[in-house]
Amino acid sequence: MRIVVLGVGNILLTDEGIGVRAIEELGRRYQLPPEVELIDGGTSAMELLDDLANCDLLIIADCVRAGKTPGDLLRLKDEEIPALFRTKLSPHQVGLPDVLATLVITHEAPTHTVLFGVEPESLATSMSLTPVVAATLPHLVDAIAQEISAAGVAVTPC
Amino acid sequence: MSKRITIDPITRIEGHLRIDCEIDGGKVTKAWASGQMWRGVEQILLGRDPRDAWAITQRICGVCTTVHAIASVRAVENALDMEIPVNAQYIRNLIILAHAVHDHIVHFYHLSALDWVDVVSALKADPAKTALLAESLSTWKGNSRHEFAAVKERLAGFVGGGQLGVFANGYWGHPAMKLTPEVNLLAVSHYLQALDIQRKANKVVAILGSKTPHIQNVAVGGVANSINPDGQSVLNVERLMAVKGWIDELADFVHNVYLVDVAAIGAFYADWTGYGAGIMDYLSVPDLPLDGKGTQFALPGGYVPGGDLTKFKPITRFGDPFFKDGVEESSKHAWYKGSGPLHPFKGETEPEYTDFQDNGKYSWVKSPTFLGKPAQVGPLARVLAMAAAKHAPTLKYLTQVLDTASAVAGTKIPLAAVHSTIGRHAARAVSCSVQVDELNNMWHRLVDNIGKGDIDTFNKPEFPKGEIEGVGFHEAPRGVLSHWVVIDNGKIKNYQAVVPTTWNAAPRNENDLPGPYEMSLLNNPVADPERPLEVLRTVHSFDPCLACAVHVLDVDGSQKSTVHAGCFSPSYQCEIGS
Repeated sequence: MRIVVLGVGNILLTDEGIGVRAIEELGRRYQLPPEVELIDGGTSAMELLDDLANCDLLIIADCVRAGKTPGDLLRLKDEEIPALFRTKLSPHQVGLPDVLATLVITHEAPTHTVLFGVEPESLATSMSLTPVVAATLPHLVDAIAQEISAAGVAVTPC
Repeated sequence: MSKRITIDPITRIEGHLRIDCEIDGGKVTKAWASGQMWRGVEQILLGRDPRDAWAITQRICGVCTTVHAIASVRAVENALDMEIPVNAQYIRNLIILAHAVHDHIVHFYHLSALDWVDVVSALKADPAKTALLAESLSTWKGNSRHEFAAVKERLAGFVGGGQLGVFANGYWGHPAMKLTPEVNLLAVSHYLQALDIQRKANKVVAILGSKTPHIQNVAVGGVANSINPDGQSVLNVERLMAVKGWIDELADFVHNVYLVDVAAIGAFYADWTGYGAGIMDYLSVPDLPLDGKGTQFALPGGYVPGGDLTKFKPITRFGDPFFKDGVEESSKHAWYKGSGPLHPFKGETEPEYTDFQDNGKYSWVKSPTFLGKPAQVGPLARVLAMAAAKHAPTLKYLTQVLDTASAVAGTKIPLAAVHSTIGRHAARAVSCSVQVDELNNMWHRLVDNIGKGDIDTFNKPEFPKGEIEGVGFHEAPRGVLSHWVVIDNGKIKNYQAVVPTTWNAAPRNENDLPGPYEMSLLNNPVADPERPLEVLRTVHSFDPCLACAVHVLDVDGSQKSTVHAGCFSPSYQCEIGS
């Protein structure tokens, strides 16, 4: 069993950094066994191809605009993800959705993918989360930990 | 009647690049490049410890993380006038080079080749003929008939199953696509092989940078890698040998696949040597310092005015006043307050938004100038400077790419052809060939130096009282990157990053002269305004670090249709990162 937890987003743009903050917090609050890998993906794309290849479960934490109330937490699994997340904008736009699409053509796609998205309040230039999104952070981290446990890998709070 | 097309952002986070073109008689007659998002990342840095700036600035961009880290520490070290250990230079250089090789391979195969390569046409190719063609050009092991047949079968599976995935939304069947099915199959096969090979470059960055994306090993004063040939968890012989193995694989691919493909594909598009020159004043900086202070470099750089190699003026050291005093930025056509061009040390980033005004302000990107004029930066500028400096490996690969293209085209393609859209791709491949060789050279320099017993990697910086200022420049994959820092009593007082895409995507400047993208688009053909592939070809040839998609507008401004096309975004968050 290989589980990758990927936090994506830009920590310079307020709530855009929630995914990265979740990875940092998860590592601080939980003891994770070696089969769980935490990756701060930042805003990268192709650099992640190798890290994301051939995992059994990919958990993505990200800031997602779904037209909900700021701070709302969203969980999508496998085929639920494409509609919101994997919309291709152009043949040249290499973002995370493209990396996942590329893993399909190289036959290395994750067996299962879970996306946790948090609705942002602000994407202004700042390195701190807004209070409403910061309040969601512990719930997001717990939800990721539960997801790992549900996959049969034990995680324990520090 | 002239028609206006707007290439405008559609991304999760608004912003990025917008290109407006007026088209008359099938050609672009006027163009505007507009950065659509204000970042003001510099503001975050004010009052912070200069030793932390590199970690923050490398988050500006999703693709070019390492380049901002490098330029930032160089700026602070320049302000302190300090020397760093040569091991630190070598390790930084290895990261710089591995990142550049990665970036160039990905840009060509995964971000821009599909402007020229018709994926669907490859289904009509004869794998045996493809293999014959490939073997006539290169000895690459991945050029077998069996390999091409397997790729064709895989591709047929995707297309047949309606699962184009990464190949969806391309301009398949566009009249401007000129490659034969066999060349298309060759290119698609190499696209897939490049997916694998680019990982090796990333592994080099990961081993030396401790982490990727976002390297962790840089520090003001050197690097944090601790060297011990026999150690367990440090930079040891085993890790160095792994790095060497990946370098050798990368070199094989770049020399025998990338350089050859660019020449062969370019030959089919020889007409594109006549489009896209634009601004022919070229600026690059020397890089890969070989001494502690940055007075000797493995690769030269400098200014080539008017594309005339005989007028080349080199930039010779970190902090060279020729560079330092030559740069200014104008906000006349950008959404900032202030008047008159300002030197980056005096740079201001106070926003003043208006609507998009064709003759007024229309961009969040400022307009940088060198010696008062716009300048084109990037691999073409780099290669021209290195050729002017008579850098032998550059001349060798430049000759090779022109000879191969001439042989395939059946006509002599002169050096002057590089001042063009397709020429920028050729220059990028030449640059990548030089850089992958330098990767090998730099590895030997590091290993030899460690072998002499030198394991120093860090000198501690000391910040004086009072005000100091420094510039750090770096020849990043997309061209000249410079960070400018003013430090007062050990805290950042002003910080400006002048990034490559700012140079190339610059709006009109203080004298209303268009920037490089804008100039390069003039007279570009556009066969079908609904599918402006040709505009994208020219913009993509610069490797913009921006995202966009296409709206087509009538001249009266009403939106007629929306076309998905656009530039790439390395990630949806990246604006003018690099």
